Amino acid sequence: MRRAVIAFTAFLGGLIFLLAVPAHADPADCQGLRGTLKLQGQPVNGAKISVTTEGGQPVEEVTSNAQGTWDVQVDEPGKYKVTLDPSSLPADSEVRGGSNVRTPTVYEGNCSTVLFALQPKAAPGAAPEDTGQSTFWEQAAQLTFEGVNLGLIIALGALGLSLIYGTTGLTNFAHGELITLGAVIAYAFNVGFGLQLIPAAIIAIIVSGALGYGQDRLFWGQLRKRGTGTIAMMIISIGMAILLRNLIQFFFGAQNDSYTDYNTQAGIEIGPISAAPKNLWAIGIELAVLIVVGIALMKTRTGKAARAVADNPALAASSGINVDRIIRIIWASGSAIAALAGIMLGLSQSLKFTMGQDILLLIFAGVTLGGLGTAFGALVGSLVVGIFIQVSTLWVPPELKSVGALAVLIIVLLFRPQGILGRRERIG
Amino acid sequence: MPDDTMTTSRKASALAAFKDMPREPGVPKPDPILVVDKVVRRFGGLTAVDVDHVEIQRGSITALIGPNGAGKTTFFNQLTGFDTADAGAWTFNGRAMNGVPAHKVARNGMVRTFQLTKALSRLTVLENMRLGAQKQKGESFWRAMIPAFWRGQEDEITERAEELLVRFKLDAKREDFAGSLSGGQRKLLEMARALMVEPELVMLDEPMAGVNPALTQSLLGHVKDLREQGMTVLFVEHDMDMVRDISDWVIVMAQGTVIAEGPPSTIMSDERVIDAYLGAHHDAPLSDTELESQLHEAEAALEAEIEEETQK
Amino acid sequence: MDWLTIITTTVHAAIGWESVVYGLAAIGVNIHFGYTGLLNFGQAAFMAVAGYGLAVAVTVMNLPFWMGIVIGLAAAAILALLLGIPTLQLRADYLAIVTIAAAEIVRLVFRSVYFKDIFGGSDGRRGFTGDFYAMNPFPPGHYGIGPFGFDERVIWFLAVGWSVVLLSCLVVYLLMKSPWGRVLKAIREDEDAVRALGKNVFSYKMQSLMLGGIIGCLAGFFYGLYNGAVQPDIFGTEMTFFAYTIVILGGAARVFGPVVGAMIFWVLFVFVGNTLAELVRNGFIPFMTTTQVGPIRYALVGLGFILLLVIRPQGIFGDKREIAINAR
Repeated sequence: MRRAVIAFTAFLGGLIFLLAVPAHADPADCQGLRGTLKLQGQPVNGAKISVTTEGGQPVEEVTSNAQGTWDVQVDEPGKYKVTLDPSSLPADSEVRGGSNVRTPTVYEGNCSTVLFALQPKAAPGAAPEDTGQSTFWEQAAQLTFEGVNLGLIIALGALGLSLIYGTTGLTNFAHGELITLGAVIAYAFNVGFGLQLIPAAIIAIIVSGALGYGQDRLFWGQLRKRGTGTIAMMIISIGMAILLRNLIQFFFGAQNDSYTDYNTQAGIEIGPISAAPKNLWAIGIELAVLIVVGIALMKTRTGKAARAVADNPALAASSGINVDRIIRIIWASGSAIAALAGIMLGLSQSLKFTMGQDILLLIFAGVTLGGLGTAFGALVGSLVVGIFIQVSTLWVPPELKSVGALAVLIIVLLFRPQGILGRRERIG
Repeated sequence: MPDDTMTTSRKASALAAFKDMPREPGVPKPDPILVVDKVVRRFGGLTAVDVDHVEIQRGSITALIGPNGAGKTTFFNQLTGFDTADAGAWTFNGRAMNGVPAHKVARNGMVRTFQLTKALSRLTVLENMRLGAQKQKGESFWRAMIPAFWRGQEDEITERAEELLVRFKLDAKREDFAGSLSGGQRKLLEMARALMVEPELVMLDEPMAGVNPALTQSLLGHVKDLREQGMTVLFVEHDMDMVRDISDWVIVMAQGTVIAEGPPSTIMSDERVIDAYLGAHHDAPLSDTELESQLHEAEAALEAEIEEETQK
Repeated sequence: MDWLTIITTTVHAAIGWESVVYGLAAIGVNIHFGYTGLLNFGQAAFMAVAGYGLAVAVTVMNLPFWMGIVIGLAAAAILALLLGIPTLQLRADYLAIVTIAAAEIVRLVFRSVYFKDIFGGSDGRRGFTGDFYAMNPFPPGHYGIGPFGFDERVIWFLAVGWSVVLLSCLVVYLLMKSPWGRVLKAIREDEDAVRALGKNVFSYKMQSLMLGGIIGCLAGFFYGLYNGAVQPDIFGTEMTFFAYTIVILGGAARVFGPVVGAMIFWVLFVFVGNTLAELVRNGFIPFMTTTQVGPIRYALVGLGFILLLVIRPQGIFGDKREIAINAR
């Protein structure tokens, strides 16, 4: 109990700290190269940039616009050669470092930024070294912000997963599909029936909660009654994941898609970070839900009963708690929270039938990091995973960012198997 | 009858060793097989075990008793390598055993059973028994594939297993799945399987828990038998009748520490033991602070118990 | 309705490459899960490192075919060590999470643009099977009866494949009736009890993980050899899941369970898939398109798997009594 309180305090403290750090914009779906040319803070218009493949096949030639930005979309991921024509630059400027050629790599579904730092020709020493550094720290701040957003989505998923694990002992591999389901139901109301996203999301969350309730009432609850072991149930949940995932694919298709609302929002610049308003709202909602659920667990009758069930179901039952009812409430709320996580994920990235499956592993990483079965540990772990994944893209290609998080999961297990906040086990 | 004189002599020599021994916790024994020093195990803020010094006399039956949550099972886990102690050292036959993994503890001749019987359900009774034998050639990967390497040894093991099964009256069940046995039969099987290891010290964690009364006597007989065959027995038990019946010496634990030792006939009249079981000043009215501290203790004990239960 | 095609593809699936590849993967899973109780949900990773080990050795490093096989085997053994060391001392569910994560790491690395020069990105690698088919002793022709049969290339593949499957079954049979196998089965029941009897549980679990992983890696070789290519997305979680379905279908902890399970699984899978596709094509199921047959087929596997575990966990040929004992 004391541990939980410490963890919760640490968590809240962290949240307040993170709230003080402002906020962001997500890159739209894009695959290619882009950049901004600036000379002493002023955009450079009309600079010529040519992009060729690694082998020298020309792809496109562009010129920077009035804001100094340029953008080249490519069909194939891979290495490209970007050449900046020095003669197209303002007469008194040059590329710092001398080379006007860059060979960046384009990753599937990602846009890489190509950096050409410009400086006045007349004063080669005038360009201070810290320009590059501040770019690095700016990037780090931006990525940390994005990491918080992702971490909170992971935390929502982890919260539902931990609650269900805590009360029933089920490691639910189908939890990712509950996330996808929520996102896709909202999509059905939003795109299918033309409802605005906010009411569509509310309906989706309610429907998902009801489905979660039904799932326990009709399926998992029946298995518990038969005395099915937790390992057997875990294996069954993998079958459930396959079933749900493919049913979703059947109805939704295999493509990427997005909601009709809030797609293109201009970013707000806050300090070094640029954030779309939707992401600020998302973070606010995620935080509010996490705090409300946390308080509900600590203060309400049902919350206390849920913790009692998690501690010792037999003892809880014998002290008059209706264990099945509590578990069903947990299933309903866990599924509803998962649906919210799915909608938030769909909002900040895009919708796909594998979105839940993909984030499930990150949720597991977060939960394991915090210690399996400890709700507050899961939240801290999730934030760490989210931030780690985003910030790691400073050094790691974005397509491999999840690899880092999963590798960290394995390393944590090696040195602290009970998780960072978990309890050690006893035998005998 | 030779058997009888053996019995009396083993029991007598064990009792003789304990005669006139001071009833102090940690009292030195003339021929200790196990010597424990300053073993500490904490779970979070709760100190589950804090044993300063304890010795187990070779060739005796020693009972380890204490109220719920006294740390008996945790202490067992430390000694047998199933859990890592935070501090402390102990020697078995003069050999240091702290930090030694569980399987090596068993190979050294210190074999335990569990409070919740661990019969290997989907193995037959005979396979359960065979598993206990040590240094099996067929247990190495490469040799396992060629039966000629291990057939002979397997036959010897089977013979020994069958003798034990006869002794424990399980021979009729030899081809049944262990999971189909009754609770008492599982306890018998677990004990017989432990004997296949050919241990010097047998550590039984609540051998009588969940056993129907009809089997109790036979189990008691088997425990006494272990001593007669030259083994040392250390067991955890709640049933005081049984403790009085078979043990030569009793060690009492409460709140993780050893609070008293003594012969079974007098130990229950020891002031410290009564305090431990019933609470200090059980006849005097409690002040508020005392009440509170007792509540805290009870809570801590309960928490440890719950943790123990949920981890099973 | 083209019933002839449906029937021939179904029969071919029963004895064809699918049953060889998935049978081997399932034999590995059976050693892990059926005999030892290890929840390795990363069997696809063992197949992937083996398939890629062979492919990269031959196409990128220009090594001979046999060296490719050796590299693939070594890669699987190393993967078993890497997975086993952190997880085999932990609770069963951690192994499940870590293996599934590791399989995903392996897949992401193989399909990454960053390592495209080595692993070929999402297109994978091809062109490493020449040496294998050059050893083919079968003269060109059609081997079979009527519409059922294979060409000389496939029959060579199947001859080698089924020999390896039977050899693996023999190894499993010999090991599982030995004292070594007894220790594994005992670990499945209760590893603390086994530890208390002086067995090094960690070492046995590691041996089991390695043996099952190496047999699984043979499945990776055969996948690559039949299809002439390895692609990263083939080795996803679905592949591991199919192997589990097959093990439970045929009955866990049975020597021939995975083989029989694989044959039944593929007969059903191909038959249902082809029949559905034919029905859709001929307009009998108006609300479905042919592209939707794929997901429905997978969903049916999921449903079948759940029903199997709930209603008949001992598999088709299993003994109900054994499972009942375990239901504690």
